Amino acid sequence: MNELALLLAAAIASGTPVALAGLGLLLNERAGVLNLGAEGLMLMAAVTGFAVAFNTGSDGWAFAAGAAAGALAAAVFGWLVIWLNTNQYATGLALSLFGAGFSAFVGVGLVGKKLEDRGLSEVPGLAEIPFVGPMLFQQHPMAYMALVVMGGMVWFLYRTRAGLVLRSVGESPESAHALGYPVRLIRLAAVVAGGALCGVAGAFLSVVYAPMWVEGLVAGRGWIALALTTFATWRPARVLLGAYLFGGVTMLQFHLQGEGVQVASQLLAMLPYLSTILVLVLISRNAIWLRVNMPASLGRPFHPGH
Amino acid sequence: MMPLRLERRLEPSHFMTWASPLLALLLTTVLAGLLFALLGKDPVRGLSMFFVEPLTNTRLVGEVLLKATPLVLCGLGLAVCYRSNVWNIGAEGQFLLGAICASGAALWLGGLGLVGTGLDGAATMRRLYAPLVLLAGVFGGVVWAAFTAVLKDRFNANEILVSLMLVYVAQQLLNYLVFGPWKDPQGFNFPQTPSFDPAMLLPAVAAGTRLHWGSVLTLVAVAAFWVFLFRAWQGYQLQVGGLAPAAARYAGFSERRALWASLLLSGAMAGLAGAMEAAGPLQRLTPHVSTGYGFTAIIVAFIGRLHPLGILVGGVLLSMVLIGGELAQSRMGLPNALTGVFQGLLLFLLLACDTLVTHRLRWREGLTK
Repeated sequence: MNELALLLAAAIASGTPVALAGLGLLLNERAGVLNLGAEGLMLMAAVTGFAVAFNTGSDGWAFAAGAAAGALAAAVFGWLVIWLNTNQYATGLALSLFGAGFSAFVGVGLVGKKLEDRGLSEVPGLAEIPFVGPMLFQQHPMAYMALVVMGGMVWFLYRTRAGLVLRSVGESPESAHALGYPVRLIRLAAVVAGGALCGVAGAFLSVVYAPMWVEGLVAGRGWIALALTTFATWRPARVLLGAYLFGGVTMLQFHLQGEGVQVASQLLAMLPYLSTILVLVLISRNAIWLRVNMPASLGRPFHPGH
Repeated sequence: MMPLRLERRLEPSHFMTWASPLLALLLTTVLAGLLFALLGKDPVRGLSMFFVEPLTNTRLVGEVLLKATPLVLCGLGLAVCYRSNVWNIGAEGQFLLGAICASGAALWLGGLGLVGTGLDGAATMRRLYAPLVLLAGVFGGVVWAAFTAVLKDRFNANEILVSLMLVYVAQQLLNYLVFGPWKDPQGFNFPQTPSFDPAMLLPAVAAGTRLHWGSVLTLVAVAAFWVFLFRAWQGYQLQVGGLAPAAARYAGFSERRALWASLLLSGAMAGLAGAMEAAGPLQRLTPHVSTGYGFTAIIVAFIGRLHPLGILVGGVLLSMVLIGGELAQSRMGLPNALTGVFQGLLLFLLLACDTLVTHRLRWREGLTK
């Protein structure tokens, strides 16, 4: 019983970075920008966060540095796609390729360096509840932060005027422009904020989850987070749900290996990727329903003045 | 306020279409020089590792062309996809499956015991082995790309994400095989297959290099793709779908056919490239059969303007960057990861410079306007 609780706790921990990145990408996409550079962004933030944690010993600074790295890279991406109207797919890919190369280059000296294991923080009182305690209330603070970010995003998108404007920019930039909203600035703000969240996710991976740096540490989680926004039909709470499902599959795979199941570890390691494909297929099957939920201008450039 | 501003051109500039990659290359070179200086290395020597040294002797020129081969092949297939507005970014996975299937065929054919026997027709059979191995690779790449096509076609699943997820799956499948059932029992526990029977390998084409006939075949592919894209009705149909989907539908060109054709063609090319890598320079299957060729090929396709001849030039250029990275590592003690930085930078700058195809830079004339 307790073992199951720990497995579920590990699933939540494993889903947390994907949830944070997915929420960031959701914010981008709600404003109409598709950032295929998430993987590269997370890699750059991961190496930055790790370097800062290693040299200062402060997780707070590491997360801040990760967020800053993510925001900076996203700003470059945003400037290219929003002002120069470069192709969003190609520019995102460029960011992913550059991020992979750049992080590997910067991180050469960090490979093999170890951070101390980050302790978990117990929520006083609640952590002692049997089963639920070890599952939910003995997590890294960032796991709770993901919940807070999700709640904040729901509030922002659906309960504030600014959120409404952001969504309208994603649905019909022409109308938002006609009403006098600075469409491009709003999009840039969404891209930068989303990049910062991806950055925090990257730093969490290298500083808390791993905790170490190797080339390609993010291992496709940026792409999986992109798939999550579709899976969630662009709703914050469902992003969180999807991320924990992903975490569950990842942990199940490790658990099965630990139990000595007679399947090669490499085949089990395919599971998270295969289940992402499966989930995409299930959710995309109904094309009309998907289109109704998708921000209408997603991936489309906007030129003010014509 | 910046003194310069962007003004939309009435017509895209034909000149800038081809000048933009050169400008991007120039800017990348300048930034690379700056990076070398920052690292405390001589920029001239650093840059010469990428642009001069790879061309100084026959062996290195051979290596450049050898590495350009998979880049050009994958790039050709990707160009057809991108021209058809199909965003296949999983050439890496299709490459790996090509290598896997080719290796499977080579190991199986070698194990039949026909090689070197004096049986009637054995000599004829021998000549067929290498082509069969390549065909197996094509098959592997096609099947892997078909997964993406069928999921997009039947279930509307995003081809970008599916093709990329399949890269990770392919890498795990490769690892499983070379660490498991296909591992060479006499290989000192290295994760690799036994080396293939010489009859399975691609014959060498020039003495003193590792260059093989696959590179010649690649030149034929470049010509074939040129004909297909610019002289064939089918190729034209695909591209109309990419440029103007509504017009293509009106003309009765099938979107589904464009999806399938471009993905399968691209899978075939990537699979062929994977087969050539295993049956060419490596002579066996290893976990590192691809050093990211499928991803680098995306840059090759864009830098070559999705044009077969441009891709040929782009493939050689990016191959020089790969070789240059290795030389900078061995001769200057710089990390090999520099290659990835330059690759990403080049694509970034290319996309930025491409703005000048549709826009021109104008000086701002006062603030009255």
